[in-house]
Amino acid sequence: MAIFLTKDSKVIVQGMTGATGMKHTKLMLGDGTNIVGGVNPRKAGTSVDFDGTAVPVFGSVAEAIEKTGADVSVVFVPPAFAKAAVVEAIDAEIGLAVVITEGIAVHDSAAFWAYATSKGNKTRIIGPNCPGLITPGQSNAGIIPGDITKPGRIGLVSKSGTLTYQMMYELRDIGFSSAVGIGGDPVIGTTHIDALAAFEADPETDLIVMIGEIGGDAEERAADYIAKNVTKPVVGYVAGFTAPEGKTMGHAGAIVSGSSGTAQAKKEALEAAGVKVGKTPTETAQLARAILGG
Amino acid sequence: MDLFEYQARDLFAKHGVPVLAGEVIDTPEAAREVTERLGGKAVVKAQVKVGGRGKAGGVKLASDAADAVEKAGQILGMDIKGHTVHKVMLAQTADIAEEYYVSFLLDRTNRTFLAMASVEGGVEIEVVAEEKPEALAKIPVDANEGCTPEKAAEIVAAAKFPAEIADQVAEVLQKLWTVFIKEDALLVEVNPLIKSGDGKIIALDGKVSLDENADFRQPEHEALEDKAAANPLEAAAKAKNLNYVKLDGEVGIIGNGAGLVMSTLDVVAYAGEAHGGVKPANFLDIGGGASAEVMANGLEIILGDPDVKSVFVNVFGGITACDEVANGIVQALELLKTKGEDVTKPLVVRLDGNNAELGRKILSDADHPLVQRVDTMDGAADKAAELAAAASK
Repeated sequence: MAIFLTKDSKVIVQGMTGATGMKHTKLMLGDGTNIVGGVNPRKAGTSVDFDGTAVPVFGSVAEAIEKTGADVSVVFVPPAFAKAAVVEAIDAEIGLAVVITEGIAVHDSAAFWAYATSKGNKTRIIGPNCPGLITPGQSNAGIIPGDITKPGRIGLVSKSGTLTYQMMYELRDIGFSSAVGIGGDPVIGTTHIDALAAFEADPETDLIVMIGEIGGDAEERAADYIAKNVTKPVVGYVAGFTAPEGKTMGHAGAIVSGSSGTAQAKKEALEAAGVKVGKTPTETAQLARAILGG
Repeated sequence: MDLFEYQARDLFAKHGVPVLAGEVIDTPEAAREVTERLGGKAVVKAQVKVGGRGKAGGVKLASDAADAVEKAGQILGMDIKGHTVHKVMLAQTADIAEEYYVSFLLDRTNRTFLAMASVEGGVEIEVVAEEKPEALAKIPVDANEGCTPEKAAEIVAAAKFPAEIADQVAEVLQKLWTVFIKEDALLVEVNPLIKSGDGKIIALDGKVSLDENADFRQPEHEALEDKAAANPLEAAAKAKNLNYVKLDGEVGIIGNGAGLVMSTLDVVAYAGEAHGGVKPANFLDIGGGASAEVMANGLEIILGDPDVKSVFVNVFGGITACDEVANGIVQALELLKTKGEDVTKPLVVRLDGNNAELGRKILSDADHPLVQRVDTMDGAADKAAELAAAASK
């Protein structure tokens, strides 16, 4: 088992024929992902060869779904066109759209989120500006390196890409059920809470690691959710204790405004909900290890 | 990007929001002519990106042109909460009957846009929200539907604006929404929105924050950047497309990925507690898939910071390949040497992930006297803090 993505997932790539799309489609195929097509209206009807695997290119997400039964789309479309790509995925009612694209204008992500909501949220959106998600040994939808770790019992949800990799590496000997990078933008689709709920329901996840960072109140709300709904052990890490107020730390959403969004407030909220919070990524991994070992 | 009041005023005017005439100047003498143009008296307002300037003496009424020169002279150069006043705006004086508050902003929690409005304007809205929350109306605005006439009427009714100005306020709200959408703003705030003695609704002071991710379709926004205020290292980094923030410590930081770099700052600050309280000197994210060249550019910026006593390069190779990073470090040190720069600051490098073994070997083979490899993040942070503390003595 896993969350959101399994070996049965049929994955298409929007923006597959661009340089980034090509590079990562090849890597995803190498990790065993069942990639059934790419989408590019200007190259519809052609196919792209990836080391002997011919991946067909379709004119639209709807056509790709009709011809292949695809249920996951990974979006590598550049920022200026990303909104249209996500709206297309929503219109085609694909089950999951993983938006890797970095640098999407907030008005665009707010617009496609509002659109998804108005359509009844039939399409789960992960991202934007995220590394995607991986179910080790089964499927990889995004840019998380597939060779860091193996299948296992830990579920991971994180706002940060490289901290996802770091944590997977620290706990590589135990392994992961799924790891989900939800992205650090101000408006994201899937939240910490969505992933926590899915991991709580996943019989093959024994422990959840949750990585947050400064900005917004997603961690505080996740803490509240954990206190009320999560029975599995949760270990947390929050980045940005030393970030000054009013300076954006790389991610568009990572900014402390006044007293809100601080790492300290997030840590305290998580601890009050019974989550063990590590001071460093390594210490956080040790906390997870201690719980699983004991 | 936060704008100055005068820039917000210009954007308001561009989209038809009623504002008073005003001009921005940076020398006291220029106040004379402007004041005469404005009809012989003016309000002189410090242009700083921080609240509370009125209380700090940054807003003064000038009764004639000579007085405006004097008041501008008093305000220019003033320090308001750590912000030096380089510009003042001279604005037409207003006959204020009532003060209100309106804004549009992103509601991150609910992933929607939000209108906020109150008939209790002219004071800090945070105080109203805290002490009298019922006086601050909050109405969600759908990103795709926008602030329609019906939505504007709903906001006006929720905030209990008096009936005689309801239509005027609703119209101003729709124009402000146009500013919000057309300019890709994250915040458009008017405080106060006033009713003048003759019953007109006017935006007297405004705050606008723009989304830099939208720069690709907002070519005019570049001119709004306050280049003079930027830290020279931040400006140099920006020119090289590096994501850099100057901080006030001694350990230079380079890493890949915003979360990992933020985490690196924290880990260095913790480690620094045992080494005389040394702290991170900067945030620098070289991003995913960083090449040797990007690494070299980053290192050059950091080594050029006189506050930096040691450097911590912390990379977990996901898309980024560690051999590229290692080559970047070696090349950067050689490049700086050929430029005749005397590099004396020690570097601590931790590489893990994609091609880490190869990267570590490149560093070992180069055997640069200033470069040390430590293979855990916490251990490397401790070493970098120790070296910075030793060099600071």
